[in-house]
Order: sequence, then structure tokens, then C-alpha cells
Amino acid sequence: MTTRTSAIEVAGLRKSYGDHEVIAGVDLTVPEGTVYALLGPNGAGKTTAVRILSTLLPADAGEARVAGYDVRREADQVRASIGVTGQFSAVDELLTGRENLRLMADLGHLHRRRATTVVERLLERFDLVDAADRRAATYSGGMKRRLDLAMTLVAGPRLIFLDEPTTGLDPRSRRELWGIVRELVADGVTVFLTTQYLEEADQLADRIGVLDGGRLVAEGTAAELKRLVPGGHIELQVADSERVAELARQLPEAIPNAEALTVTLPHDGSLTALRRLLDGIDDDGAVTGLAVHTPDLDDVFLALTGHPTTDEVPS
Amino acid sequence: MSTTTYAVRDSATMLRRNLKHMARYPSQTLMLIGLPLLFLLLFVYVFGGTMGAGLPGAPAEDRGGYLTFITPGILMMTVASVSIGTAVSVATDMTNGIIDRFRTMAIAKVSVLTGHVLGAMIQTALALAVVFGVAFLLGLETAASATQWLSLVGLLALLSFAMTWFTVGLGLASPNPETASNWPMIFVLLPFAGSGFVPVESMPTGLRWFAEHQPFTPIMDAFRGLLAGSPGGSEVLWAIGWCVVIGLVGYLWSRRLYRTRAAN
Ligand SMILES: Nc1ncnc2c1ncn2[C@@H]1O[C@H](COP(=O)(O)OP(=O)(O)O)[C@@H](O)[C@H]1O
Ligand SMILES: [Mg+2]
Repeated sequence: MTTRTSAIEVAGLRKSYGDHEVIAGVDLTVPEGTVYALLGPNGAGKTTAVRILSTLLPADAGEARVAGYDVRREADQVRASIGVTGQFSAVDELLTGRENLRLMADLGHLHRRRATTVVERLLERFDLVDAADRRAATYSGGMKRRLDLAMTLVAGPRLIFLDEPTTGLDPRSRRELWGIVRELVADGVTVFLTTQYLEEADQLADRIGVLDGGRLVAEGTAAELKRLVPGGHIELQVADSERVAELARQLPEAIPNAEALTVTLPHDGSLTALRRLLDGIDDDGAVTGLAVHTPDLDDVFLALTGHPTTDEVPS
Repeated sequence: MSTTTYAVRDSATMLRRNLKHMARYPSQTLMLIGLPLLFLLLFVYVFGGTMGAGLPGAPAEDRGGYLTFITPGILMMTVASVSIGTAVSVATDMTNGIIDRFRTMAIAKVSVLTGHVLGAMIQTALALAVVFGVAFLLGLETAASATQWLSLVGLLALLSFAMTWFTVGLGLASPNPETASNWPMIFVLLPFAGSGFVPVESMPTGLRWFAEHQPFTPIMDAFRGLLAGSPGGSEVLWAIGWCVVIGLVGYLWSRRLYRTRAAN
């Protein structure tokens, strides 16, 4: 093993389908025990990247080491070190939840007694005890996703891949899954996840790679990415439309919205600018509220790729 | 544990999984067994009277003789029918995300397929027992010695093994379970274009040439000879030869497809 501190090391990775280059030269490093989010719209190449790193797909060029092993030449060692939850459900629908987990335990070559303990513990942890003896075919989307993730964890991998783990889940299930990911991280597990949701990357990841058209167009912490897009805005809520017009005349940079009864002003985030703005507003009750918006990852994506994300940010 | 131990252990795990599938979804097994039984009853009771009389050297209305004549074809059909289920199960696995999960685990690669093959062979044994049972109830007569019975069972097992590997390949090559269910239908019907239901001598020239040379004919002839207690040595050798060829082609093809499919 070359590096004990990098869970994933990728250099110059390329993959084409015909003359469509799906991964067009990607470099990235994921330190052990951290969460890396690959963020990108549909078709960006996220699944392809996960498939290459999880030994399912050979790359055309480049180096990829996972858990210290070469994904191509030492695929078996890589497989023994990782857990993968793919984009689409990978549970056996004819088996019950418990049988699915037991299948993973047997294939993970766990000893009988340990297998039973691990299965029961996972059923509890993933809130599947009541449904344990029902066929997975009868599970809801959220339950299937939980079972899917539980199956990935049976053998206790120290590095897991999650390909769009919350796509298609309702907000409650999504937040539950976030909680589970955070627990894993607290246990020291390295997580490589992909998502279309900017909020998800922001919530979970230590580092975010923005993937667009098979290229990493930006990489960094959420804060670093936000810094790439200078400035945010201040939004004033105003009592009535007359006051909106009045404020717009008074503040030269303001963008009035008579319908929403708001006035939006560009803002660089500094206290000085905020104080200057407040000094310029009469304190007569016309302004009923004020919100300072730092740029969010949506702004980042738009600025970096020239097009907005395809999906809405979940709330 | 060594690689071989893991291969055996993983195959056993996969076999358990497939047996559970069969138990959960018995209608499929019943349908696969029902198909050859239907042909058996149809041919004995509907066509048997007339067809039996047409066999060389047979008395008029020889239903029993016809039953004895077609039993090898029905056995062949039984093996082929079960393999439809195998192709469908394999194709279902391949179109489901679970196969990618298996591929990312440190398990013996071949175990996913051997699990299917072993499961199908158990299913075939069950189906053959039922078919033999019904045939004996209908009055099947055999002069086979214990050794010949043993040879018959061995040959059936070999055939089942070979056909299953071949249909595993078909299942892997199919884009979806529906397509997978169509291909092996050919094998169910192939005994008709062979020595399964009429003597090949009664066929028109072109068809007769095909019937004499297609692999199922010597296999069915070998079954017939063993049941009659007078197996022809060359038929048995041809039968074994064809089974080995079908099985080997099926195995190598399946292994290749399993490695490359979805990994493109
Ligand atoms: N097997 C394949 N054959 C041809 N093109 C493919 C194949 N798999 C993916 N692609 C293409 O590669 C691009 C990236 O796909 P994917 O990695 O699935 O993106 P994402 O997961 O980010 O949505 C898409 O344009 C997709 O159409
Ligand atoms: Mg995808």
C-alpha cells in the first residue's frame, strides 16, 4: 500500500463511450475518514466515476487507487475493502429484509454467530425490525434505500460509495439518510457520495467536486466554493408597494419587486456595507424585515458551468 | 480459507438464494413442469391411438407403445423447459441492480452462475421425477437394468448440466427477462424436429437430414435404448459427446458474458 492516509487517489481518469467522452480527465484525492461529494447534474458522469472506482467498469486511461489498491490490477483487494450502494436499488425483492442482510453476511464470509448479531443490529439501526420478515418487494422506496445501505454495511467496509443515495426520497427519508451518513463518518468510515442536490453536498461533505460534462470544474469545501462566487445579496421586506418604489429611488443599486414587496441589493458580505445601507434607510416602519444571503451552491454552479442545475434543491 | 473453499461456500450461498426464490415463486416451477406433462398427456391420449399404430411393427391402437416411444422426447422437453426458468432468472438478476452489488463484493465470481446452475439441476431432478411418475402411472414399461437406470440418470444429469450452462449464457445475452424466456422455447420444440415423437425415417428428406443430425436425436435415442434395456453404444457416446459440447460452449460463453456484460 502506498498511502495510508488517502482512501481514494485518482489521476488523469478517462472513459469514453464511442466518441462521447464521459469522464474527461479527472484528478481527485479523498483522505481517509472524510466525506467527498461529487456534485453534478444528470449525465455529468457521476455514476460512471463510481463504477470505475468500485471496479465495475474499466477506465480507458488514468490511475485510480482505492483503499491503497489499484482498481484494475488489484480489483479483489479493492472489493474486499469497499461497500457500494448504487444509484438503483440492489436488493433481492423476493427475499425478506433479514434474508437480504443474511445473504450479504454469508457472502462476506462472516462467522455464523457474528452474522446473526450484525444482521439484527443493522435491522434495528435502520428501523427495519418490524419489516424484517416481509419480502423486500413490499417495502417503500425509503425502506428499500435503507435496506440497500444496510446491506452495504454488513461486512463493515471502511470506505463506502453512495451513488445518489437520496434521489427520489421524500424529505423526511432524506434527512434520516443524512443522519446515517453522519453516524458512519463519526465511526471513521470514508464516504464517497454523488448527488444532484447542492444542499446535500453542503450538508454532508468535507470536500465537494463539481462535475460537469465529465470534468471537475471546481473542487473545495462548501465555503471555498462559495467564495468563488463573490458577493451575495440583501433582501428587504417592505410594508407596501409605494414604499418599495420609494426605496428603489432612494437606493441606486436596488432591484424592486412590487409584487413580492421586496427590494434586493447586491452585497459583498461586509459589515461596513451593511451598516452604510442601514444608515440610509429611514426607521419609520416601512422596512418590515431584512435578510442577508451569502451565495449558495446554486449560484456557484451557475457561475462555474454557465448553466443552472437541472434539479431543484430539496427542502 | 482458500479460493476453492470460497468458491464452494459462495456457490452454496447462491444456491440457497435460488432455492428460496423457487420456494417463493412456486408458480414458475409448476408451469415449467406442467409444460412437458401437458405434451405427455396430449400425445398419449389425443394422438396416441393413431400415432402408436403408425410406429413400425406396431399393432393398431398401440397407445402404450407410443407412450414408451415418446418418453425420451418428453424427458428432453422437461430438461429444456426447466432451462427456460434458468434463462429468465439469470436475465432478471442481470437487469436488477443486485448483480452489480455481487460484482463489487469479494466473492468467487463464478458462484453467481453456479448458484443458478445447481438450483436449476435440483429443479430438473424434481421435474423429471414428476414426469417419470406420471409416465409410469400411464403405463410406461421399461426393461432397463439397474446399471442402465443409473446410466440414464447420469446422462440426464449431464444433459441438465449442459443445457443449464447454455441457457445461463442465453440469460446473460438477453437484454431482459422477456427475451430470455423466448429463446429456450426452441429447445422445448426441438424434440419434434428429431426422433422425439415420430421415427425420423417417416420425415421428408430435408427435415429428416436435420432430424438425424441435430444433437437432441442421439440423446433421445440413447434414452430410448436405455429404457428399452438395449442401449446402442454409439448413441450413448454421441449423446455424451453432444452434452459435453453444449455444456462446454455454454460454460465458456457464460463466463465470458458474465465478465464483459455491463462492464462496457
Ligand atoms: N453504457 C453506456 N453506453 C453509452 N453511454 C453511456 C453509458 N453509460 C453512461 N453513458 C453516458 O455517459 C454520460 C454520463 O452518464 P452517468 O455517469 O450515468 O451520469 P450521471 O450518473 O452523472 O447521471 C451520459 O451522457 C450517459 O448517457
Ligand atoms: Mg447516475
